[in-house]
Amino acid sequence: MLEIKNLVVQIEDKRILNGLNLTVNKGEVAAIMGPNGSGKSTLSYVIAGKEDYEVLDGEILLNGENLLEMEPDQRAAAGVFLAFQYPLEIPGVASMTFLKATLNAQRKARGEEELTTPDFIKRVNAAAQQLEIPKDMLKRALNVGFSGGEKKRMEILQMALLQPSFCILDETDSGLDIDALRIVSEGVNALRSPDRAFLVITHYQRLLNHIVPDTVHVMHSGRIVRSGGKELALELEANGYADYRDSEAA
Amino acid sequence: MADVTLMKTPAETALAQAFESAKTLLPGNVESRAQAFEKFTARGLPHRRVEEFKYTDLRAAFREVAPFAGVPTAEEAKAALAGAKTLAGIEALQVPFVNGHFMREAVDFRALPENLEIVPLREALANDHEWLAHLSPVPWAAENPVYQLNTSFMADGVMIRVAGPVEVPVHLRFVTAAETAVATATRVLVVVEEGASVTLLETHESTDGAGHQPNDVVELIAGDRTNVQHVRVNAEGGKTLALSTLAARIGAEAVFNSINVVAGAATSRHQVFALLNGENTNLRVNGVTMLKGLQHADSTLVVEHNALHCESRELFKTVIDDEATGVFQGKIIVPHHAQKTDGRMMSAAILLGEGGTMNNKPELEIFADDVQCAHGATCGQLDDDLLFYLMARGLPRKEAESLLIQAFLGEALEFVENETAREALIGTVEGWLRARS
Repeated sequence: MLEIKNLVVQIEDKRILNGLNLTVNKGEVAAIMGPNGSGKSTLSYVIAGKEDYEVLDGEILLNGENLLEMEPDQRAAAGVFLAFQYPLEIPGVASMTFLKATLNAQRKARGEEELTTPDFIKRVNAAAQQLEIPKDMLKRALNVGFSGGEKKRMEILQMALLQPSFCILDETDSGLDIDALRIVSEGVNALRSPDRAFLVITHYQRLLNHIVPDTVHVMHSGRIVRSGGKELALELEANGYADYRDSEAA
Repeated sequence: MADVTLMKTPAETALAQAFESAKTLLPGNVESRAQAFEKFTARGLPHRRVEEFKYTDLRAAFREVAPFAGVPTAEEAKAALAGAKTLAGIEALQVPFVNGHFMREAVDFRALPENLEIVPLREALANDHEWLAHLSPVPWAAENPVYQLNTSFMADGVMIRVAGPVEVPVHLRFVTAAETAVATATRVLVVVEEGASVTLLETHESTDGAGHQPNDVVELIAGDRTNVQHVRVNAEGGKTLALSTLAARIGAEAVFNSINVVAGAATSRHQVFALLNGENTNLRVNGVTMLKGLQHADSTLVVEHNALHCESRELFKTVIDDEATGVFQGKIIVPHHAQKTDGRMMSAAILLGEGGTMNNKPELEIFADDVQCAHGATCGQLDDDLLFYLMARGLPRKEAESLLIQAFLGEALEFVENETAREALIGTVEGWLRARS
């Protein structure tokens, strides 16, 4: 599904990713763990297509298509979804307006008919109910005045509506209390399917108790330095990232 | 000091000639026109070295003066009005002007809404109507050269008296439809008596191909406890040079809410002179300006708090594409006696390209010591992070930009009370955005 080969990325002359290789298969939930500054968020932004990053080498293929040649909206239409670590507030844009615009833009890009308003509202209500999002929240401007937990739930709501094939969760657990973590995780788990892959970026093992990964990758200094099964997350939780700092020094 | 003979520009010479040949043909008292024109001539067309016109140089803009428009034939007027679509979806009493002339045939004077009276200005001037005493409600507006030109040349218009609540909006529809460039000078006086209320719609349209030169003045005298809602749209043609003035004197415990939406004209300048003349009055003046190509639009505003406890709010939003130029000049004056004034003025602009210009000039003149006054001016681009967020959700760049621009301008439209009018203005914004993508 997703193949990243020898990805080298810098921002303002600072090298962040140093020949990163990663493969995520269809139906797989892959977790990326790593210390602060290892390049996890950069990786998510580069996959989604943020402009500030300069890709010096390598490629990112989604189902064989080169994402690096696409604009962010084209990547979204191709199936990429990034749940932001810090979802942005957009004053003046009602959440419903935003949801409808994005959903229809993606449908249009894929040559599908636009949704009728009743159909759209039905879908939103169903998804919102599952994520315990109250209706009045959807009437407010997008993310404006939302709590950290509400913002994250809104991200998952968007994911549920847009039905992407490759989902990146960038530290979705940050800022969540225990209940919100459960709700968000259940929302994500409900979307797991043999046709959909996830890249779950996190500092902590805690999230992975709720969203159990198939594979765990350790990222350090812009590279994947170790890969394994879900037990690797427990090992990291116990030992920290110190081992990898040593390997970097050597 | 030596005598200085001022050189006249060709446009100033043409204006002087036009005034000489027109002054005896125009209705009403020649004296007051001559006085206004004399005042104008003393300084001539204002240019960039005149402080209030630094960013809108009328000497440069008026390379030539278009001939003043004659009265259109019935067919011409009918065709012109049939083509005028701005705010057409709102049920309103139509008060149309074609080429600067009031189309009295379009108004059924016997069936006017309750509490409303309309007198054609031409008649009023010719008969020395008693309401003429109400003209020029803001004394210092008479020092303004654009206003002076209107006073010199005003050929037609209406006087409207609102004696109580008027339910149906009154739509002042200005259409300039001549095939070749014409100048117009129209004056509208609206007197809203104590406790009365009215919604005024004001739209300006002109044919695209000719460099028309409208100069319109709307004057408002709103008594105590009045409520006046005013929605103005500049949808002038692409070559038009549009000058306009709103002069308003508001009494005590009144509400006046005015918005000007600018989408048209090559060059425009809309001046608002507001005098808050009674206590506890609430003024809101908003602006939404959308510019592209080489358009130039100037919003100039002077608000004088002449009484205690008044509140004024001004919010101007400007979006500039291509190489267009926006101007905002806003001044709040608070004399010694206007204690407890609460004034807030904000101008925010977004430049969409590299070539646009925005000139923001907020000013406060405060002589009282117990007041709250604030002003702010910003100028920036669309936020890249917000754009990325929207694009990452699948919106193509132009659509993402449109959504952000709509949200930005929408803040100034929120205060339009008439829902149909607000929807129509949102439609105007959407239309502008569609044309750009």
